[in-house]
Amino acid sequence: MHHDGLSYEEILRYDRHLKLPEFGLQSQTKLKNSAVLVVGAGGLGIPVLQYLTAAGIGKLGLVEHDTVALSNLQRQVLYNTEEIGLRKATLAHQKLSILNPHVTWQLYPCWLDPQNAYDIITPYDIIIDCSDNFATRYLINDVCVALDKTFVFGAIYKFEGQVAVFNGIDATTGDRTATYRCLFPEPPLPSEVPNCAEAGVLGVLPALIGSMQAAEAIKILTGIGKPLYNQLWHIDLLTMQTYTLRIKRQVAQPKHHKPDMSSPNTHHHYAKPVPVLSPQALAEKLAGNDQLITLIDVREPFEYEICHLPNSLLIPLHSLPNQVDTISTQGEVVVYCHHGIRSMYAIQLLQQANPNIIYYNLEGGIDAWAATVDPQMTRY
Amino acid sequence: MLLNIKLFGVVKEKIGSDTLVFEASSQASLTVAELLEQLKRAYPVLGSLSSLAVAVNHTYASGEVALQAQDEIALIPPVSGG
Repeated sequence: MHHDGLSYEEILRYDRHLKLPEFGLQSQTKLKNSAVLVVGAGGLGIPVLQYLTAAGIGKLGLVEHDTVALSNLQRQVLYNTEEIGLRKATLAHQKLSILNPHVTWQLYPCWLDPQNAYDIITPYDIIIDCSDNFATRYLINDVCVALDKTFVFGAIYKFEGQVAVFNGIDATTGDRTATYRCLFPEPPLPSEVPNCAEAGVLGVLPALIGSMQAAEAIKILTGIGKPLYNQLWHIDLLTMQTYTLRIKRQVAQPKHHKPDMSSPNTHHHYAKPVPVLSPQALAEKLAGNDQLITLIDVREPFEYEICHLPNSLLIPLHSLPNQVDTISTQGEVVVYCHHGIRSMYAIQLLQQANPNIIYYNLEGGIDAWAATVDPQMTRY
Repeated sequence: MLLNIKLFGVVKEKIGSDTLVFEASSQASLTVAELLEQLKRAYPVLGSLSSLAVAVNHTYASGEVALQAQDEIALIPPVSGG
């Protein structure tokens, strides 16, 4: 959907943009005619969505399957205590529509996966990666490379943040710029790098990194300034030291194609399909009592203390590689974590060690179990 | 060859410092890949990291890049949090 020109209300609304000689009416109109996809409405996604809404992007797409949890509120400041359990995509849309009613929204209340990524990404001018796991980050990279889309990368770890713009168009040569795989060709093993839930993160850090992603998106869409092409920018909030790493586009980019929908078991090295079990299906299995079921909890000890399934074995994801051999190979094995991401990585690791055993991932993790099977269980 | 190495993220934690002065053994020349091997021998905690970007003088360096004594090295792990 394309619009031309701005209404009188919009001219007043965007006054401080229009007064910038480097920006002006031309850039504001470009924003109004742009479509941006944001993947994730968590710590990074919130400032991105807030500032892009306020800035007057024409169309915003949001991919977010999750609901608000109490432990999100330390950094995900768009949501509040009374909204725990509600869908983030719906809340973000409701709240930000009031901020700027000129923005058109498209919500995707699901995970970005190899089956849906091409259809979701195709209609957008640029993509902003605000996801929280490597599987999604490599998927965004590969699909954006295949579809010739520029994407703005941001990632956080404890007190440190990274920002980059990948697969952009070099203004002088017209060539595509470096991608995430030019920097990290293959995803790390699941046990190598802890995520926020395991390592913790300073609440204000994503506000900083997400705001920079929004600024990069605005620069690319309007053509002002110099985006972070062929560079990774890094900051350590504890020391306020920054570091810029220059990256070259590698000539050979891995070929990636839209998966064949007729074969749902298409294998991808970043997201092998893992058999899933819904909380209800697990409850029925456990009640049935006719077969041996081993429950493995791959969260951290402090999470296990908050809540866990009875008779489950605690093996935090990072210590799993050393304990693969100690896990029972009898009966069925069900692996779970908080939301089902760490357990998916754990199963990929376990499947490599014991390819003959079927491991089930508890869909939605213990949080979904608490929401649907055991309302007495403490959620966090 | 005495090298100054900046450390980020999980690498910084594993080594317990944000910088490292490392005496690398080298005959005629030393490549990035050889330096990583020596570092992993000196600091076995780094052995588990398969995905690690190495920067030489703020520029991404692949394994075959040859190092000079004055080079400033940085070890940058990938980060996924959001």
